[in-house]
This record gives sequence, structure tokens and C-alpha cells, in this order.
Amino acid sequence: MNEMIETESLRFAYPADEGGEPVFALRGVDLTIEKGSFVVVLGHNGSGKSTLAKTFNAVLLPAGGKVYVEGMDTLDESLLLAIRQRVGMVFQNPDNQIVANVVEEDVAFAPENLGVPSEDIRRRVDDALKTVGMYDFVRHAPHLLSGGQKQRIAIAGVLAMEPACIVLDEATAMLDPVGRQEVLSTVHRLNKEKGITVVLITHHMNEAEEADRVVVMDNGKVEMDGTPAEVFTQVADLRHMGLTVPDTVDLLDRLRRRGLDVPLDALTVEACADAIAAEIGNLE
Amino acid sequence: MENIQPILQVKNLTHTYGIGTPFQRSAVEDLSFTVQPGEFLGIIGHTGSGKSTLIQHLNGLLRPTSGQVLLGGEDIWSEPRKIREVRFRVGLVFQYPEYQLFEETVYKDISFGPANQGKTGAELDHAVREAARLVGIRDDQLMKSPFELSGGQKRRVALAGVLAMEPEVLVLDEPTAGLDPAGRENLMANIRDFHRNRRTTVILVSHSMDEIARNVDRILVLKSAHVLMSGTPAEVFAQADALMAAGLDVPQVTRVAMALKARGLEVDPAVYTVEDLERQLLALRKGGAPC
Repeated sequence: MNEMIETESLRFAYPADEGGEPVFALRGVDLTIEKGSFVVVLGHNGSGKSTLAKTFNAVLLPAGGKVYVEGMDTLDESLLLAIRQRVGMVFQNPDNQIVANVVEEDVAFAPENLGVPSEDIRRRVDDALKTVGMYDFVRHAPHLLSGGQKQRIAIAGVLAMEPACIVLDEATAMLDPVGRQEVLSTVHRLNKEKGITVVLITHHMNEAEEADRVVVMDNGKVEMDGTPAEVFTQVADLRHMGLTVPDTVDLLDRLRRRGLDVPLDALTVEACADAIAAEIGNLE
Repeated sequence: MENIQPILQVKNLTHTYGIGTPFQRSAVEDLSFTVQPGEFLGIIGHTGSGKSTLIQHLNGLLRPTSGQVLLGGEDIWSEPRKIREVRFRVGLVFQYPEYQLFEETVYKDISFGPANQGKTGAELDHAVREAARLVGIRDDQLMKSPFELSGGQKRRVALAGVLAMEPEVLVLDEPTAGLDPAGRENLMANIRDFHRNRRTTVILVSHSMDEIARNVDRILVLKSAHVLMSGTPAEVFAQADALMAAGLDVPQVTRVAMALKARGLEVDPAVYTVEDLERQLLALRKGGAPC
């Protein structure tokens, strides 16, 4: 079985205001997330991207359709614990997901609740903290850490469950550029070195550059799905959905419209500079 | 020549936390700068650079360990009993201000500040409605509970609460943090309009070099409790390497310009908008190509 997560005609509605109609946040989502992949889900506020993420480990349950985690139906209550052990979540606000007064105790919270033997917990906590580069802080108080460090502790807490998949729900939104980079390089390493499936929910386009796949949500549906190059070159459609495109694509798009022969899919700074230098060099 | 009185002067400001404890640390040290009336100033620096400590001195929430803050030429601490007055004149919008909403209705929440200022009746009503209009809150939303609104709308309400006090200086700490691109642009447009129409002095604190560069007249870059550099956006971006070394995210288009220069193209790398770089490249093409 190669699917980590699979959704079928997934629908979800939030309860209505008094007398109003329920608001559908997901209107039929069919999505397959392959094991070991790095998938970025983009969308503006209200597009349904966070709702979708929360169905991936049964924080929210489908109102219609299905979500399967390694083939396990999230609607089957008897599978809840098994599902949550396979898919861990990291949320937006670092201050809302740390429960203990000492870093190592916080990381040990999940395995303790799972009834993992204590020697094993010691090893898991140490391994998880080393993996996120926070082992030096093992006995520190979490509230004195920076936002990026707190999010790495939260990731370590998820890792200590030894999950197959980590879902980050706008986990970088409240961080500064340095903190954001810390978290991103940590999850990229987990994906490459440990084969952990990563689903990163964000509205920062530049976080999607290195992903295997980009899924764009709008109005409760998947509107685009492809490689970063395939998605980001749809400049007009992205703007129409209230999203921006990377500066590189924006620049290449403008130059093409003025008659320069440059590709649109040179996403990275280096590739973009190469393409422009080649074209302008030719003209000179 | 007429000498314009700066609206704000920060003189040799030092603030030290935990004096006499092992945690003693100066968050800002011997910091000096001035702000002219009507100026739109951006302050940038990465976490721990002293930004938040600095702005809390501008309306007297923190008292300097040494140094002075002058508002309209007068030390704000010359008469400590009048510090409340300073807080009306310098409006501070904190990070994630939507967490500070507390009233039953949007209207009451916005009116809290101006009512404390002593405004009543028609004057108060006008201040509330005008502030709501400025941030795009509709009349029919005024009687709603602020907790029924979306995150972006709540933030607008919190901002309106400060605008309704009609401050001479508006200080915003990361006003767009956590908003999506459309929400960020909308809120910045409100702030730009407010600045343009009222000639109010605005100080914008942000992590986003991009956002700062597109909006402000002048940038102050802080690094480890000191001013690393200050100048117009173009002057500051001319030192992109130093900015990156200070842990700041230079816009991607600036990095493209630097990479083009490294490839031998005659590009001025001090750009921060895609339009600017496009213009430069088109000029290069015209200059270089026989036509």
C-alpha cells in the first residue's frame, strides 16, 4: 500500500449561526497523499485548507465522503488511537501546544499517554530532540524559547510518537524568517532522511518551492494540483484566487509579455537569473 | 530656513531588563533616532533585536533605564502623572491585537479608547463610525459581537479602537502577521490611506522586508539592541548582504537582482519591487539590442 492518506468526495460543514445555513468548508475533495512525499497545501483564509488538514488525523470527521489513513477509515471510532499515532499534527500557535514545564517532559507527553515503557520513552525523547536540533535544551523551560524553537519542540513531541506522517497546519505563520527557516529545514530533513510524509499547510508561496507537489485549495475544493513549476506558472488563476506568485515567476511573466524569450518555470533565484542572463546576454 | 520640530525624538535610549540579576540584559542600548511629522517609518529587525522593547517606550509603557523619549519636543516622563495623555497621543497597536477585544459589541469595543479620552455623545459616535469606516467595518457589523467576526475582521476592529483616539503617532507592531496575502494587502491599504489622508505619523514594525519596503519613507534596521542602518528603502536595500547577515529576509526579487549582477549584467541590486527590476531589464535590452 503506497497511500498515506486518501480522501474520497470529502465534505465538511461547520455548524450554522442561528437560523442560518451550515457553511460548507469542504465540498467534495478527492486527494491521495503518497507515502514519503512532501506536499504543500496552499489557499487563502477560508479556502478550506486548515479544515482539510484537521480531517487527516480525525480531529474533524467527514460529514460526507471518507478519509482513509493507511487504509483506516477515520469514521471508525475503534481506529482513532491508531490513526492519531500514524499522523501527528503541529498547529499555528507555538504557545497553545506546549503542555509541560520542562522540554523533555513535553516531548514525553504523547508516548507516556500511549503507554510506551519508560526506557523506551527516554530513547524516543532523546532521539526526537536530537532530530530537531533541540537536544541541548532538554531540561529548559519551554516558555523561555523562541517561537521557532517552540515549534521544533512541538515537532519533537509528534516525532516521539513515531508517526508515519506529520501535518503542519500553518505552523510557520507566527514565526519570524529565522524561525520559519528552522522549522522548514527540520521538516525537509525528516522527509528526506526518515521518509516521513509531510503535509505543510501555508499561505507563504516560497515555502512551496522545494515541495514534491503543491495542492491549491479554493472555496472548499482542490483547484490545482501539480509540481511547484506546474502550479506557479498559472499566474492569472492564482491571483484570481487571492494568492500571489513568487517574485521570480512574476518577473518572468512580465518579461515574456514584453517579448523576451524566457521560460516561466524558473522558480528559484538562481534558475531565474540564469534564464534572464542567457536571454539578455543573447540580445547584447 | 524654518526648523521643523520632530514629532518624536529618541535620545540615547537604553533599557535593561533584570538589573542586578544573572539575567541582566539590555534589550535596547544607546539608541537614537528622530521621526518627522507625517513620516511613515518602518522598523525591522529579527526576533530579539529590541523592536518590541523600543516601541513600548514610545507611548510610555516602559520607562527608559537611561536616555529620553521626546514627543513634540517634550520629555514624555517630565511629568509622570501626565503619561496617560501620552498614550492617547501615541496609539500603539500590539501584535495579534484581536486577542484584546473584550466588549459585547464591535461598537463598544471601538469606543473604549475615545470614551476614556473623555469623548461623549455625537463626538464619540462620530469617532467610532469614522474609525470603523477607515478599516472597512460595515455599519451592520457594529452591533455584532466581535467574537462572531473572522480573524482578519477582528484585527480591523482592534485597529479601529486605536484609530478612534485620533493619535498623532500610530505605532503598529506586526499588523499583518498571520494574515493571508489578500488580507495583508487590504490591511496595509487601510493603513496607507489613513496615513495619506490624515498626515498622521505612522511607525510600522514588521519582519517582512517586502512589506516595509513597499510602504514606508524610511527604514530603521535594528540588530542586537542597536541601529544597524537607516535610510530610504533604496539606501537600505543597497546593503542587501548586510541585511541577510542580520537574519532578515530580503525580497526574492532583490536576490534575483544580486544574482544577475553576479552574472555580469549591469543591474542595480538595490531593488525591492518586481516592477523596478523589470524596468531595469527592459532598459538593458533596449540599450543592448540593435533596434
